[in-house]
Amino acid sequence: MSEKVIKGIKFGILSPDEIRRMSVTAIITPDVYDEDGTPIEGSVMDPRLGVIEPGQRCPTCGNVIGSCPGHFGHIELVRPVLHVGYVKHVYDLLRATCRRCGRIKLGEEELERYYKIYSAIKNRWPSAAKRVIEYVKRASMKNAICPHCGEKQFKIKLEKPYNFYEERKEGVIRLTPSDIRDRLEKIPDQDIELLGYDKEHSRPEWMVLTVLPVPPITIRPSIMIESGIRAEDDLTHKLVDIVRINERLRESIDAGAPQLIVEDLWDLLQYHVATYFDNEIPGLPTSKHRSGRPLRTLAQRLKGKEGRFRGNLSGKRVDFSSRTVISPDPNISIDEVGVPVDIAKILTVPEKVTKWNIDKLRELVINGPEKWPGANYVIRNDGRRIDLRYVKDRKEFASTLAPGFIVERHLMDGDIAIFNRQPSLHRISMMGHKVRVLPGRTFRLNLLVCPPYNADFDGDEMNLHVPQSEEAISEAREIMIVHRNILTPRYGGPIIGSAQDYISGAYLLTVKSTVLTEEEVQIILGVVDLQKELGEPAILAPKRLYTGKQIVSLFIPEDFNFHGQANISSGVRVCKDEDCPHDSYIVIKKGKLLEGVFDKKAIGNQQPESILHWLVREYGEDYVLWLMDNLFKAFIRYIELHGLTMTLDDVTIPKEAIDKIAEKAKEANKEVLELIEKYNRRELEPLPGRNLEESLENYILDALDKLRNASGEIATMYLDPFNNAYIMARTGARGSVLNITQMAAMLGQQSVRGERIYRGYSKRTLPHFKPGDISPEARGFVYSSFRRGLSPIETFFHAAAGREGLVDTAVRTSQSGYMQRRLINALADLRAEYDGSVRTLYGEVIQTLYGGDGVHPMYSAHGKTVDVDRIIERVAGWRR
Amino acid sequence: MLSEEMEKYLEERISQLRDQIPDTALQKLKDSAKGYPVELTKEEIDKIVELVVEDYKNSLINPGEAIGIVAAQSIGEPGTQMTLRTFHYAGVRELNVTLGLPRLIEIVDARKVPSTPMMTIYLEDEYKGSKEKATEIARKLEYTKVENVVDYTNIDMASMSIEIHFDGDMLRDKGVSIDDVEKAIKKLKIGEYTIDKPDELTLVITFSNLDNITTLFKARERILSTKIKGVKGIKRAIVKKSGDEYVIITDGSNLEGIIGIKGIDFKRVETNSLHEVESVLGIEAARELISREIKKVLDDQGLDVDVRHIELVSEIMTRTGEVRQIGRHGVTGEKTSVLARAAFEVTVKHLLDASARGDVEEFKGVVENIIIGQPIKLGTGMVELLMTPTSR
Repeated sequence: MSEKVIKGIKFGILSPDEIRRMSVTAIITPDVYDEDGTPIEGSVMDPRLGVIEPGQRCPTCGNVIGSCPGHFGHIELVRPVLHVGYVKHVYDLLRATCRRCGRIKLGEEELERYYKIYSAIKNRWPSAAKRVIEYVKRASMKNAICPHCGEKQFKIKLEKPYNFYEERKEGVIRLTPSDIRDRLEKIPDQDIELLGYDKEHSRPEWMVLTVLPVPPITIRPSIMIESGIRAEDDLTHKLVDIVRINERLRESIDAGAPQLIVEDLWDLLQYHVATYFDNEIPGLPTSKHRSGRPLRTLAQRLKGKEGRFRGNLSGKRVDFSSRTVISPDPNISIDEVGVPVDIAKILTVPEKVTKWNIDKLRELVINGPEKWPGANYVIRNDGRRIDLRYVKDRKEFASTLAPGFIVERHLMDGDIAIFNRQPSLHRISMMGHKVRVLPGRTFRLNLLVCPPYNADFDGDEMNLHVPQSEEAISEAREIMIVHRNILTPRYGGPIIGSAQDYISGAYLLTVKSTVLTEEEVQIILGVVDLQKELGEPAILAPKRLYTGKQIVSLFIPEDFNFHGQANISSGVRVCKDEDCPHDSYIVIKKGKLLEGVFDKKAIGNQQPESILHWLVREYGEDYVLWLMDNLFKAFIRYIELHGLTMTLDDVTIPKEAIDKIAEKAKEANKEVLELIEKYNRRELEPLPGRNLEESLENYILDALDKLRNASGEIATMYLDPFNNAYIMARTGARGSVLNITQMAAMLGQQSVRGERIYRGYSKRTLPHFKPGDISPEARGFVYSSFRRGLSPIETFFHAAAGREGLVDTAVRTSQSGYMQRRLINALADLRAEYDGSVRTLYGEVIQTLYGGDGVHPMYSAHGKTVDVDRIIERVAGWRR
Repeated sequence: MLSEEMEKYLEERISQLRDQIPDTALQKLKDSAKGYPVELTKEEIDKIVELVVEDYKNSLINPGEAIGIVAAQSIGEPGTQMTLRTFHYAGVRELNVTLGLPRLIEIVDARKVPSTPMMTIYLEDEYKGSKEKATEIARKLEYTKVENVVDYTNIDMASMSIEIHFDGDMLRDKGVSIDDVEKAIKKLKIGEYTIDKPDELTLVITFSNLDNITTLFKARERILSTKIKGVKGIKRAIVKKSGDEYVIITDGSNLEGIIGIKGIDFKRVETNSLHEVESVLGIEAARELISREIKKVLDDQGLDVDVRHIELVSEIMTRTGEVRQIGRHGVTGEKTSVLARAAFEVTVKHLLDASARGDVEEFKGVVENIIIGQPIKLGTGMVELLMTPTSR
């Protein structure tokens, strides 16, 4: 296949000659259709402008719809009008050139000098050349007498949007577009260049239109609405307006109408041409449709998010894609995606027929589009595409299959697809997955790949794209596939890893107290693909019992060493080294988990420098893929055996604790009242830089924060550290200790905008309080716990604080979205070169060695050039 | 731990790697090997050295990597997780500092003045140990006008005099005496007058040859807006202990203004005002500041982003020699490609200007090639080698 490459596009302004040359017809009649509904020749819907109805042939080029590109027509404007887009340029040009001779108003030698400078630098330093031009323009404008012909210059005024006036001695005279065009015509070629214009492709006088190109009807097709009524495109409407006024102007002039009437019509023509280009010109009424809707003219088609550029060119709609709700499936591999059969029958992969796959493909063709696995289309050697829905005898057709044909077969297990969830904030929002066709109507994905997509299953939908070319397929398979993206380039650490039940399960399995009978071990390892001797159990008598750590050790490579703290190593259960009773210091020597538990710090997602991270770096992605599909699945199997739930008891504290908390609350309340008292007596010591009120608020917040912490501590003292909720919090599986204390002890201060809640009625938050009451309960302090339940007033404050969070998120997404769009646009053209430098695609050097050491963060150990400590640990850690 | 012999051996191995591995990593290798709890054998050192080389080589960036986009995503993606809350205490309780997303946006916008300008001023040896001396300098920095210490004023039109009543608390707070004010007023050229001091907190200025009441009012305005002391722009200066020395943290920033003030260690002064750093210290300092400020915002929010991404942003913002904004009026706006600019913002203007100038679109960048549906020259698209398979 030969490939055509667009090397460049030259921008310019169409000259009147060129417009006429490319036009197939002059447009002269404002009426579009005759009585029987056929388009009139010489109207804006002239059939020679192209075909829009299927079956028609183009009278100009003979092609049918789809292959006829459409053809331009033109309108001969009776009087010239300004192109609104160039008004600023025209204004500059008029001021910078002489009104009589058209030269730049600078001396001959001076011009010569600038011209020399300009032509010397215009290719090398275009931005510097721009400054020369700017300078020449400004200098020329200041000159009130032309040095070439000695003509006195007058001040030229622009009255937006497009009226020019000259302030002559005899008064202010309006410059008609004709006058302007005459002046622009006089500017000589060399001066045009020095003013920054292109003498061949954008002569200034072409900014004043004498001929208007009429775009082909293919870009402004009329549409039939239900009742069979034709609705014309906005551009067509606008063009009809222009033709109508143009003809009226012609008639008036021919009939010798008074100057005033001619000028009015001329102005009207100018208005229509202006709004044809841009219907959002400040200072002009927008041109409206009969219904009152503003017309969407040329500029509006290009502009903005849904415009041609951002909506159709930078981002395009695609085929071979699908979208549905996602649901979890812990039993498929992390690099698989479950695809519903209904979708697999619509999405296809082109497969070339060879003598090796012909039998398989014949079968698929015979199965046809209805039965999975089948095929939807066959493309024959002659290029004809056969739709299998309409093939009567597929068996017979299948026998005609020959090498070289392309069969568009259904999506099948093992095919590669790109899976995506919006917002696509980073590249791992799109990853390659292997297809697994499953019954049901949802996409299935492994829970471990939720973090990169930021997906959950509360109704999220995701998109699936099927790459078609061999290049795309192999790139998806080798670069985009999930297990090549376990590490994130953001900080160099695993973004895919365990969460929630995986962590609870790992903890429960590896905790010291877990011992397993041979039968239990078999149940757990039943989900695992592993051929290995189990070895002797750790406990032989009175019963043969394996420890959970023994099970985990089966999966760890035999030369793996690790020393480090677990997530549960905090508070009273902190472990600093091997010699520690709490089992929160992990020791792995030669692949044996000797001490410590597996929790978030060991195998969690987004945990750099963890066991999981070292495993990926040292044993490769394929090993970790296997680990996640097997060991992690075993964790789930174990948590199923063990059971993990939450009960009210997990957050219930005894009466004694409740009393203690109440006591603390009383104390704190007293303290706050004393502060308020002091404040009222103006005895409060203000904080430097704050006034008395602010200081009081600060003191109160401190006191109440202390109260919440104190009650939290009391609650944790009375709670069993091995209850279900607490296990989840300590291991990092879900929730925090703060969450638990909020459930068990006290919710604490609710805040809006970082302050105690004060908005609502005048001087009070709710009518239940006296005006001016600034006690804790009147300003959003919640004494209750979730366990006990909130009072109506407390519920209200809690809801107010909760609402703030929602509003905040909504505002934040739009702001950070725009920031990211700008960042990406600014940095999109950078790439690393073979020599390790960073350059833009335009050739500018940004860094001589990327990051100073040439290391890619994704492959680095949490950003370090080389993690020497880890390497020593790898080699010698087993002796430590 | 290393035996003497092994230490020598390691040195030898390391010296062989000088041109392969960055020095910092080698230095770390030496230190870590010495500090390791068990003594390393020769075989282990060999293995370690081998792994260091392997690990470094494996970590190198691949040619063609779209590192700019990765950097942009790495900074943009965590943006959704940042707080929107503008104010946050930083360092000192008395000052609010813009942090989080608003600050990040401010930095990439390269705004002239940050919404909460702030300086951290370190002091020279003889001052940094004493709180009193530090406070003295801090007092000198605070920009104080007469109106800042005035309680109220009266104008007596009969005697053509202005009565200024001072606020004792404010005077003490700002460390100003009435004499200071008097001195400041005397420097003004507002005609002939006499100054009386009827009591501790009052000054009466009586003009001798004023005939016009408007001039009297004007004179009051002049007096009130007179600077008593301080550096312009510095609203407040607070002394704080940082480590084992006292530093001054200011609300408001004026880097140029504090040059040459006695006691200030100018080399260590920090500010968050990008524009001031650019004009006073130059573009390299500005680049460094951008990196640090972005890093600070992200760290404060607990977001982990590799410095390499941040540095790439600061490099592109400063590569022309002046700080450019990330956006329409900066990096993107200065792209040579017409279509890339048109696809970003203000589409129509860019197209019209390009046609007037007769610009040429050369299709070198990413955006342009996406628009026309051609492969982009990043990643695997960078490879220009074509293979012609010969049939056997």
